Amino acid sequence: MAVAEVTEAVTAPLRSNRRRVVRRILHNPLALTGLAVLAIAVILAVFANWLAPHEPTQTHLDRAFAPPGTAGYLLGTDDLGRDVLSRIMFGLRASLHVGVLAVAFSLVVGVPLGLIAGYFRTVDALISRLTDLVLAFPFLILAVGLAAIRGASLGNAAIAIGIAQIPGMIRIVRSETLRIKSLDFVAAAIVEGASDAWVLGRHIFPNAGSAIIVQATVGIPAAILGEAVLSFLGLGIQPPAPSLGTMLADAQQFASRAPWAAVMPGVAIMLLTLAFNIVGDSLRDALDPKASRR
Amino acid sequence: MRRYLLNRLWQSAVTLVLATIVVFAGVRALPGDPALALAGEDRDPESLRAIRQQYGLDQSWLVQFWQFVSHAARGDLGESIRTGTPVRSMIVSALPVTIELSVLAILIASVIGVGAGVIAAVRRGRPAEWAANALALLGLSVPHFWLGLMAILYLSVALGLFPASGFVPFFTDPVANLHHLILPALILGTGLSAVIMRQTRSSMLDALSADYIRTAEAKGLSPKAVVGKHALRNSLIVVVTIVGLQLGALISGAVVTERIFALPGFGKLTVDAVFQRDYPVIQAVVLVTATAYIVINLLVDLLYSVIDPRIRVRGEA
Repeated sequence: MAVAEVTEAVTAPLRSNRRRVVRRILHNPLALTGLAVLAIAVILAVFANWLAPHEPTQTHLDRAFAPPGTAGYLLGTDDLGRDVLSRIMFGLRASLHVGVLAVAFSLVVGVPLGLIAGYFRTVDALISRLTDLVLAFPFLILAVGLAAIRGASLGNAAIAIGIAQIPGMIRIVRSETLRIKSLDFVAAAIVEGASDAWVLGRHIFPNAGSAIIVQATVGIPAAILGEAVLSFLGLGIQPPAPSLGTMLADAQQFASRAPWAAVMPGVAIMLLTLAFNIVGDSLRDALDPKASRR
Repeated sequence: MRRYLLNRLWQSAVTLVLATIVVFAGVRALPGDPALALAGEDRDPESLRAIRQQYGLDQSWLVQFWQFVSHAARGDLGESIRTGTPVRSMIVSALPVTIELSVLAILIASVIGVGAGVIAAVRRGRPAEWAANALALLGLSVPHFWLGLMAILYLSVALGLFPASGFVPFFTDPVANLHHLILPALILGTGLSAVIMRQTRSSMLDALSADYIRTAEAKGLSPKAVVGKHALRNSLIVVVTIVGLQLGALISGAVVTERIFALPGFGKLTVDAVFQRDYPVIQAVVLVTATAYIVINLLVDLLYSVIDPRIRVRGEA
């Protein structure tokens, strides 16, 4: 009963907090623009099968190097006459797929480990050492190793990017856990005899939520850039499957002949990551009680 | 201070040992029999046995691990399966290119990042802050390898301002060397400069509202002197911290940048080795990268505690 009362006291301000965050985002034109760009990108990616004017892998050799604006090929074609716009739509799908998959992976592994490291001091040193170990292998080296062992594919790229994001997730969740654990209401719950699992699940995890959401929002654009890099190097999505990274790698060969094939996919990546970063920044500002004072 | 130092050294040593085990186990987890790969066309059982004996593959894992470690400690990293060149000499010739590229990128990123960060903090609420923030957001979002492609396409090929690819060693011709490296370093530095700018801005904002700044202003120091002094001191800490935190990203970025500008550095060595399945080279580059990362991070932490006395105290507590 007493524990439930404490929980009530904690969740009530949380709820009004959520309303304040939504209001702040809705009053921020930049954040709304970011959200709109994301919505368009998601729609283009999800419904690419219906929206794309051409098959992304279909070649039209007689239409090779068609400049943007050519009838039926809004953004032009590449060296094999493949429609750049259609390939970008399917490439967006691959980017979002890897982004979400990688961040989901880092959440599933990182959040529990971060909670445990912050709450139980006995295993903290062990988890922190393992975190250091993962950090000692820069993301690309990790991905290179994984590609060498398991082969290059979308899934393996997502795993490599996800592994690289786990240490950051652990650190954020761990420091949030340490902070919340020292607050009075958590001490009160522990004194009341609440179990560790209860305290972690009911008090610490919900209150660490906003930090986790912000970290995940920042993680997605980083993962998208990571996928582009891996596919560009030939370690990610394999041709002819369309990916924004492989499109750039291909276009590098004939960039002076058809610059649009090199410009467009890069602009698509930039708009996508820019939108995610803007939304992430606005979310962080909206969640930060100090931000209003600044 | 001494206790902090010992503790930090011990942590690095443990991480290094673990990293070595991961590299060793990782290479053994690679698909296929290394003896088969080494044998190439010649696959009769007799020569396979000879190869296993020569490379110690018939020994137990523990013995193999010890040999790997003791050889690596003596600087013997094996030979390339493809060319037969000692891996050590391949690394020795590739590493300086990458180090020079990274150092140049850090320098460029620091100048741009600290400058823009200070301007954004001092010109709060003015167009200058808005522009600096927008540039930082753009710097974080733009895929820098694409920026490299665009730079080659429009600055090198179309305008002929920079060489599009290739490398000239510094001691052969310093001017040509810088001319080749300035564009790749600028591209590699973009993401880093955005991170440094944001951190400089927020630490400057914190500092500008601190009591000691009000004291400095109250006693009549000019705004230039106040900002100059604190910008310098704070930004040094910021740059050192960020370089430590972003080291992994910097190494990854260098690999891609070298690929685009065809620089014969460590990154090119790594990517080529993966595509050619040159296992001794992969093993060595991963080990060298992990070691470099651990050592540089240790140095960053130590440097950090020298610059910022608060860290020292906390480490001792």
